[in-house]
Amino acid sequence: MIYYLVPALIMFCCGVYGFVTRKNMIAMLISLELMLNAVDINFVVFNRYLYPQAMEGMMFTLFAIAIAAAETAVAIAIIINAYRSIKNVDVTDFNKMKE
Amino acid sequence: MEATLPILILAIPLFMFLLLGLLGNKMSHKMAGILGTAGMGVTLVLAYITAFTYFFSGNPDFVSAEGQHLQYVVFNVDWLQFYKDLVIRIGFLLDPISALLLVVITTISFMVHLYSNGYMRDHHGVYERGFQRFYAFLALFSFSMLGLVVATNIFQMYIFWELVGASSYLLIGFYYIKPSAVSASKKAFIVTRFADLGFLIGILILSYYTGTFNFTDLTSSAVADSSNVFAVNIATSEHIRNIFASSAAPVFMGGSVLTWALVLIFMGGMGKSAMLPLHIWLPDAMEGPTPVSALIHAATMVVAGVYLVARLFPLYLMEETALVIITVVGAITAFYAAMVACTQVDIKRVLAFSTISQIAFMMVSLGVARPEIHEGLGYMASMFHLFTHAMFKALLFLGAGALIHAIGSNDYTEMHGLRKYMPITHITFLIGCLAIAGIIPFSGFFSKDEILSSCMGYNWVAYVWMSLVAGLTAFYMFRLYFLIFWWKEHPVREGHHAPHDQPWTMSVPLIFLAAVSVVAGFVPFGNLVSWNGEPYDFMKHFNWNVATVSLVVAIIGIGIAMVMYRKENPLPDKMQRAFPALWRWCFHRFYWDELYQFITHKIIFARVCRPIAWFDRHVIDGTMDGFAIVTNKVSWAIRGLQSGRVQMYVWIYLIGALLLGTVTAVCLL
Repeated sequence: MIYYLVPALIMFCCGVYGFVTRKNMIAMLISLELMLNAVDINFVVFNRYLYPQAMEGMMFTLFAIAIAAAETAVAIAIIINAYRSIKNVDVTDFNKMKE
Repeated sequence: MEATLPILILAIPLFMFLLLGLLGNKMSHKMAGILGTAGMGVTLVLAYITAFTYFFSGNPDFVSAEGQHLQYVVFNVDWLQFYKDLVIRIGFLLDPISALLLVVITTISFMVHLYSNGYMRDHHGVYERGFQRFYAFLALFSFSMLGLVVATNIFQMYIFWELVGASSYLLIGFYYIKPSAVSASKKAFIVTRFADLGFLIGILILSYYTGTFNFTDLTSSAVADSSNVFAVNIATSEHIRNIFASSAAPVFMGGSVLTWALVLIFMGGMGKSAMLPLHIWLPDAMEGPTPVSALIHAATMVVAGVYLVARLFPLYLMEETALVIITVVGAITAFYAAMVACTQVDIKRVLAFSTISQIAFMMVSLGVARPEIHEGLGYMASMFHLFTHAMFKALLFLGAGALIHAIGSNDYTEMHGLRKYMPITHITFLIGCLAIAGIIPFSGFFSKDEILSSCMGYNWVAYVWMSLVAGLTAFYMFRLYFLIFWWKEHPVREGHHAPHDQPWTMSVPLIFLAAVSVVAGFVPFGNLVSWNGEPYDFMKHFNWNVATVSLVVAIIGIGIAMVMYRKENPLPDKMQRAFPALWRWCFHRFYWDELYQFITHKIIFARVCRPIAWFDRHVIDGTMDGFAIVTNKVSWAIRGLQSGRVQMYVWIYLIGALLLGTVTAVCLL
């Protein structure tokens, strides 16, 4: 079990690191996907080892993958629109909404 | 009786109101006038049929075998049901006084509708602005007044009571461009609303103890073989009194609770009927067009207070105190208004004060009515006077309207010597004056004489007092008459036509009402209206001494007026200089308006309202403003956190989550 969880943890930490350090929004989106996938792995692993007869974890993972796909599509759409307005995908430039 | 006819009596004026109010601007002025008049004409015919059927058909629903007039509930539908014991109904009650009022209201209203066709135009026949609106409001008023008099329960009466107040407000303020008309309409509305507060409290007290709103449950008992026929029964009222007497708190501040309820209800009547000290709105209400004054402020709406007391009369009989209050208020008002009427210059104001005085006559008459005094002559006399007064006072007002229309001013100083120029107005006005002064055989003689007879039976102070007022009435009416039609030759101004009589639409109502004023006294009124519905032979109580004395008093009054005002002479000025203080007080209406101004402005506004306004502005508003300011300040302080830098948020979130996790872990371990 540990062999599955440690890579998932590493993946999650990579995702967090990428999300807070990268300025490019596409890269941030990729990091976000990494974190989601790490969580999905955790779901599957815990389900498989702790409650082998139940299927909820698996189903939940499938569900999360579908949601993640949809969410990525929305995020990409937002990024494209943002790019059109300021010709840039650097996240530090997107601070005009506070005014 | 079928319910169709009574429903139509109410429905037609309401329909005319909606039609003229909503579509009036789409139709021509003439069309609106004809439609309104025709609608009222149909209502008039229906009301006459209803009243004549009630009085003369001999139907056992209307007249018992012993000849007693019964109260017939034509229909009574649930309108608002709050819960099973608290139901407000709308219905149609037919009894002697409501049938009488149906006739009075529709007659006067029709005459005024007809008359306004001529009055609401200028000399070139051009209609006034808002002519259709005027007819719509007249129809609304007729509807509300008819609804008021046929009310089966006190709450329906209250609803329509407010409706007549509202339509009176609308019509007084008809010339809404004139500031004086606007303030007069506000004054009328506010003063009567204040009085209605008392009325409402009275209604609530009465219905709380008795558990009913219905007049028939308060004053009558059902006739055995029918569910909607009732007869006035003093035993029911005694039962009501016993309910009050055996209640948990039968006495409140020295008076029985029933007395309080009745006096509070009478307060509503005082407001509507312009009794002292709530009379101040009526003289100002003359700002409205003159036909409105004739209809609302002389003949119909202002007698609603008298009607209310008459409606609940068996209950008032239970409480001597309430009747004494009515008598005293009425007597003081009658004298006061007669005094003031002697000095006014505006002819409509003279008539307004005369109205106040005559309504006070009716009130006194109700106040002194007792079954043991001439078998309740006062009640009959009051209703009789209501009837005759409506006719001759409407006549006088319409005559005054004709004069104002011809001269263009309200003051008699602009008139003088009009008898040659306006013969029809002159003769009809004279008939009205003779009727109100009480000269035999005009109608006022009979009704006023009965009032004085019943005062005589009550006690001699009331009799002497009211006779004095009757003399004053004759004096001020003939003062007005002589000043308008005699005094000196009318100065025909350069470039003006001489004043002349009016078009037929205005003459016909004058002639009709004059004819009624001549013959109305011979109506066998006692057979139709009495306090318990039993036919009443008033000739049995006719007192020739009283009649002679009142006739002599009236003739003395007229004689003095004739000496003083028939030809231009210095006598009136001398009189004025002989009693300067008295004259000044009368002329300024005993400073009642100033007193009200002082109380409201100097005491209520300055001492009560202003501190409350300060409290509202500074304490209540201040608290709310404080919340807003604090929120604003705090948000400015923390707005730096909303940097818009997404990755900073993530850092904060991560650190927070880790801290929370650590704390949870430490706590669990």
